[in-house]
Formats: sequence, C-alpha cells, structure tokens
Amino acid sequence: MRLTRLGAGLPLLLAALAGYFLFPDYLTLFTSLFILAAFALSYDLLQGHAGVVSLGHAVFFGTGAYTAALLAAHGVQEPVTGLVVALLVSGLLALLLTRLVVVGNDLTRLLITLGIGFLMLEAANQARWLTGGADGMSDFTMGPVLGLFRFDFAGETAFFYSLAVLVLVYAFLWRLTTSPFGLALRGIRENVRRMPAIGAPVSRHLATAYTISGGIAGVAGAVLAQTSNFASLDMLGFERSAEVMMMATLGGTGSIPGVVLGAAGFSYLKDALSAVSPKYWHLGIGLVLMASVFVLRGGIAGGFTALLRRLRGRA
Amino acid sequence: MSGLVSILADGIAYGMLLFLFSIGLSITLGLMRFINLAHGAFAMCGGYVAATLLNLYGVPFLLTLPAAAIFTALVGMAAERSVIRHVYGMPELQQVLFSIGLAFAAGAVANIIFGPQQQPMILPDWLTSRVDILGVEITGYRLFLMGFGLVAAGLLAALFNFTLFGARVRAAVDNRRAAEGIGINVGRLFAITFALGAGFAGLGGALAVGFLGLDPTFPLKYLVLVLMVVAIGGPGSIGGSFAAAIALGAIDAVFKYFVPQVGGFVIYGLLVLMMLFFPRGLAGRTA
Amino acid sequence: MTPAIETSDLTLRYGNFTAVGDVSLRVPTGSRHALIGPNGAGKTSLVHALTGNVATTAGTIRIGGEDVTTLSQAARVRRGLTRTFQINQLFRGLTVLENVSLAILERERKTRIFWRSAAADRAVAEEAREHLAFVHLAALADRPVHSLPYGSQRLVEIAIALATKPRVLVLDEPAAGVPAAQSESIFERIHALPRDLTLLFVEHDMGLVFRFAERITVLVGGRIMTEGTPAEIQADERVREVYLGRRRQHGAA
Repeated sequence: MRLTRLGAGLPLLLAALAGYFLFPDYLTLFTSLFILAAFALSYDLLQGHAGVVSLGHAVFFGTGAYTAALLAAHGVQEPVTGLVVALLVSGLLALLLTRLVVVGNDLTRLLITLGIGFLMLEAANQARWLTGGADGMSDFTMGPVLGLFRFDFAGETAFFYSLAVLVLVYAFLWRLTTSPFGLALRGIRENVRRMPAIGAPVSRHLATAYTISGGIAGVAGAVLAQTSNFASLDMLGFERSAEVMMMATLGGTGSIPGVVLGAAGFSYLKDALSAVSPKYWHLGIGLVLMASVFVLRGGIAGGFTALLRRLRGRA
Repeated sequence: MSGLVSILADGIAYGMLLFLFSIGLSITLGLMRFINLAHGAFAMCGGYVAATLLNLYGVPFLLTLPAAAIFTALVGMAAERSVIRHVYGMPELQQVLFSIGLAFAAGAVANIIFGPQQQPMILPDWLTSRVDILGVEITGYRLFLMGFGLVAAGLLAALFNFTLFGARVRAAVDNRRAAEGIGINVGRLFAITFALGAGFAGLGGALAVGFLGLDPTFPLKYLVLVLMVVAIGGPGSIGGSFAAAIALGAIDAVFKYFVPQVGGFVIYGLLVLMMLFFPRGLAGRTA
Repeated sequence: MTPAIETSDLTLRYGNFTAVGDVSLRVPTGSRHALIGPNGAGKTSLVHALTGNVATTAGTIRIGGEDVTTLSQAARVRRGLTRTFQINQLFRGLTVLENVSLAILERERKTRIFWRSAAADRAVAEEAREHLAFVHLAALADRPVHSLPYGSQRLVEIAIALATKPRVLVLDEPAAGVPAAQSESIFERIHALPRDLTLLFVEHDMGLVFRFAERITVLVGGRIMTEGTPAEIQADERVREVYLGRRRQHGAA
C-alpha cells in the first residue's frame, strides 16, 4: 500500500542505484544530477504547486553553497552539520524576503525576484574577503559524513550522500504536497481569487512555501559546494535561476517524479549540447522552452500520463 | 561641478536609451498584458543590423538608424503574427517561460552568427568630438543621444495623443472589450503596436552600440533595468516610462561615478525599496 | 435582536463613479433577503463591499453586531460571512471533494499541517461528502471540477461556501448561466438550507425572487430605491417602472 502510494519514487530510486552499478565512471555526473533534482524540486514547490514564479531562486541555492563552504573553511567540516546550517540560513533569508515577494502583482513579483538575484550576486562579488569574489571559494576541506564516510576521489561517498539528500527532499516534498498545506497551495494555484473567500490566509501560505522552498534550495546548494569543494558566483546567478525554472518546466511542473526526470533530462541535454558549444545549448534550451508552452504543457510527466491513458484506452 | 554636469549628461543619455528599450515593452504590457522578457532581443537585433551595415557595408551612420528600426519592426511584426499572438491569452507563467526561452534563443542565434565578442562601432567624427557647452565638455554622441531621445519621445507622445491610431491604442489599453465592441480591430492593432515597440527598441539598440557596446548577452543584461522602467513608469504610460528611464539612468551614472564601491547595488537596492513601499509602481497602475 | 447584516451609509466609489451610494441595509438573522435591480444597479458592487472583496469608500458594515468594515475578506469569512460568485470561482483542476475539503481545512485551520496526508483526514472527508450530498453531488465527488457540467459547477460553488460554515451567506446570482429548469433546482437547494442561516441573494429572475425571498431590497443607480415584502414590491409602481422601462428600452434596441 505504502509502496504504491510512493508511485514513481521507487522506480526512480532503483534507476539511480542501477546507475551506480552500470556506469561507475559517471558518478560525478550522477551526483550533480541529484543535486539539481533537489534544487528543482524545491523551486517547483513554488511554480508547480503554488503557481507563483520566481526568477531569483538561485539566491537560496548560492546562499546554501556559500554557507557550507564558509563553515568548512572556518573549522566546521562535518557535512551534515553544514547542511542543517545551510537549511536554516537559506530558510531565514527566504523568510526575510517573503514580504517583498508575496506582495504585489505578477510583474512586480518577477521584477523583485530578479532584482534580489542581481543584488545578492553583486553583494557576493563585492565581499571578496568573505566569498573570494569572482574567483570563488575552494580553500576548504570537508570532513567525513557523520564522522564515518570520507569523500573519496571516485565520488562514491558523494554519490550516496547526494542521493540520500535527494531521497529525503523527495519524501518530504511528496508528503508536504499531499498534506492539507499542499492542498491549500494548489488552491492558490488553481484560483487565488477564491482563496480569501474561504477564509484562507493566502500571504501566510505563500510565505511558508517560500521559506521551505528557500531552505531546501539552500540544502541543495550546500551539497554542491561540499561535494565539489567549490562555491562560486554562478551558483547564485540569473542563469542558474533560469535553469531551475527550465528543469521544472521540462519535467512537468507540479509533478514530483516529473521534475526529477526533468532535471535529469536537462542535465543530459546540457552536457551533450554544451559539448558541441555553449551557444547551441542556449539555442536548444530556448527553443525547447518556447515549444513547451505550446505542445508539451505537462512536461515529461504530462506526456507520460497521456501515453499511459492512451495505452490503457487501447487495452 | 562641471564633473557632475557631464556625468549627469552621461546618465541622461543612458536614460534615453533605456526609454527606447523599454517603451515597446511598456505598451505591449499595458495593451496585450504580455510579459515579454525577451523584449531586449529586439534592441539587440537593431544593434546588430546597425553594426553590420556600418562595419561591413560602409553605410553612413545616420542611415543605419532607420534601417535598424525598420528591420527590427518587421522582425517584430513577423514574430507577433506567427507565434507571439498565441501567447497573449496564456497564463503569466507560460508567458514568462516562453519569453525567457525566446531571450535565450535570440542570444544564442546572435552568438552563432556574430560570435561572443563585442561589436565594434566606428562613429563618425562629428559624433566623437567634444562639444563645449557653458564651460562643460560633453561628448558629441551624448548630446546626439539626448536630442534623439527627446525627439523620439515627442514623436511617440504625439502619435499616441493626437492620432486616431493612438486613440485606439489608448482605448484598448483602458478597456479591451469595449474597444472591440466599438469595432476596433484589436488583432491588427496589436500587431502594429508590437512592431512599433520592436522598432523603437531596434532604434535604441542601434544607438546603444556606440555607448553601451553590443554582445549576445545584451537581451538579459538590461532586462532588470527595462522591467524597472516599466514598473515605475506604469505599463502603457509614455510619460511615466520617459521620466522613469531618465531618472534611473541619471541615478545609476551618478552613483557608479561617485561611489563606485556600492554603485552596482544602488539600482537594485532602489528596486527593492521601491517594491517595499510602492508595490504597485510609482504610477499606481497595476499590470 | 442584533441583525445579521447591518450597513450604514455604505458607499463605494471608483474615481468619480459611485457604484454604491449611502446604502443602509438591515437583514435580520435567519432572513431570506433578495437584492434586485436593473443591470448596473450596483448589486455585485454591494456584494463585493459587504464581503470585503473591495475596500469601502465610506460607511460601516456590521456582521452580527461586530464592525467588520476594515477587516479583510478572509477575516470576515472567519467571522461567519461567506459569499459565492456570479461567475464560478472554483479550483478547476482539483476534484469536487478537494474543493470542498479545502474550505473545511481552512475553516479548521488545518492547512498549517504539512506532515500528514490530507486525504487521510476522515472527519474532513466525511463532512465534505455531507455538503456534497446536500447539493446532490455526492456521486461526482472524485471528478475534477472542470469536467462537470456548468449547472453542477454552480452547486459546487455553493457547497464550497457551505463548507466554511457561514452564519451569513451572500449568493451572487447563484443560478446565473444555467437553464431555467436547473435554476429552479438550485433555488430549491438554497431554500432547503437551515433556517438559522441568514441568506442575502442577488437574482434576476423575478419569479424565483418572489417565491424564495421574504424581503426584497431594490437597488437602482447604486442606491436603495425601496424595500419590502414580495407582495409590497410586486405592487410598487416605481419598481415596475424601473423594470418595465428597461424592458421597453430593450424592445427598442
């Protein structure tokens, strides 16, 4: 019963574990994929479930990354501690910013999230003494996870560490989105005008979602900094914010397994097209995004559901 | 003192360009409710047209400007009629996704055709020389930009306030359904307005090459400023956009010159403060 | 006894245009009160102002004696004042049951819960099904709302409002857009609501108004023209003129 309710989660986990045995040379790629998937899931809580767009979500990802890197550089080298602190710091930042994000209309919300993104980027760039500026931060070493598992060169620890984080994020968000709070978020997405008419505190719901989403994004960023031993400005830049939006959209915004698949497909496409040239990558993702509005409205998840329905209809 | 004046002149020239970049977005947002994050791509298009004509074919600078404007307007019209008009009715999220995709794709196309480097723009001598006005030295090009911006804003204001076309657009901005009811062909009006906005952006882009430079990151580089102009000025308001663009340009220039350490923050900080206190924009109109 | 709804000199202005002007309305508890008037009389504007969709320009609104003039719409709902919409405002992608459950969860402030399944809350699901049974939609509970015929969607609109457990229910043209036979059955359901629930409804069909309302307020040009029992309103020359005059204009156009 519980297994069936987890739906696509189990096959996805099995696929990830199969990847470990089938492609042992690509563990680093898998690790970055798990991290991006967790990041995309955090963002999709806003876009897919509550139906609000943010163009600056990398702010929290980057904040988590710098938090983890700074902690490690100042002696707190245990990774899980770093994750928890990154969760709190990014969540707190998100909470502080909610007043700006929750008020106003669609245009101002886009503008404000964009503006905060650029502001944070500029701040991180200026604070060279803290963040290393444009050079990024790499002079820190991570300790063993929970004092037990040391990060190795083959990337095995990083693989399981990031997979564990993704599984936790997946399970948490799956629970959250099926909870009463999750239903209220979907209510906001489906009809924000009706919500106050049933007595719903829309601003508070959005603020809660934004805080949780920011905290999880921070965790994803922290894992990236810890496993790559690097934190840099591009982790909070606009491009990363745009990418997370693309991943969620590609996978099927509002569907948790869909978003994970979207992140995987996105990472693969990025890898393949960037190998040719970054400009083809931008062209490709631009065209896919434009087309997604017209054809694949539900993303990969939507396409999959439609396919299932057709197969069942035929049988 | 003269330093301040010449920096202000810089900022105002910059503001004129911002106005040209954003006026099309302001009108399309007010009229079609279309959040077009790719509007900067039209400015970039005009920039490349002008740079190519000037550098490759030796077309005189003054002729490249109308060529850039007209070419970009045609591109805008074609894009509007073929694809963009289908996006108007979509929810905001879809519009954002579509137009971000368009911005990325446009930048990539520019990168593929012209390469990632800055485009050179050799301005004629009469524009690069310095002009002495009341003891203050100003580059000829700044003066030219200011003059040009004023003329463009004046023309637009006249077009919208004193012609039948302008009356139709204003009617449709205020109440689209009523405008349709009294027989205004809204579809055609949208196409023409969109092309007009694209044309002005193209003109701005052509003028910007010699001042701000031009590379494939252009559409996203000025996105925040352009959106700010629209949000502060109020969607659909020409006067509001003009004032907002000039003010932002001047503030940006002054702070970047006098307090370079925090210069990068000021505009974004201003944005955050503005949104905190005036979430609906200074003009008080909602999008 | 304190009236369920009491407004004094309620005014709503948009620029120079007065949508609602100096409306003083008293609706006693348990009353079935109709709000009528020609198109553009300000009926929906009055509903907006009453329920907090828009901020009033002047005047006060009391619900059960409590001044709610400055309260938000959500806060008024929590004090027992709920409305329905003339044009469906439903959660179209959610199921019928979820639509109603959401309103119950908000009422019980359970939407703060993010660690338990919403579907597992038996009490909420049971209550939601009761509301649906009341509007005869129990069989459609698990269908997405957008797949329902329009008439059934109008009933979901009412079921959501009932799930907030209102003391005062304001219905803005509850049968708008449905065929005559169905609007009959919608009003039959409204009529079957508990007697202690105060009802204020806007309706165009005079037949339905005279059958289901106990008192009627006539709104013209944003102001109250008259108020009375159905018999009094039916006999009122001025009301007839407003409506017949309109009809004559329609005939000419």
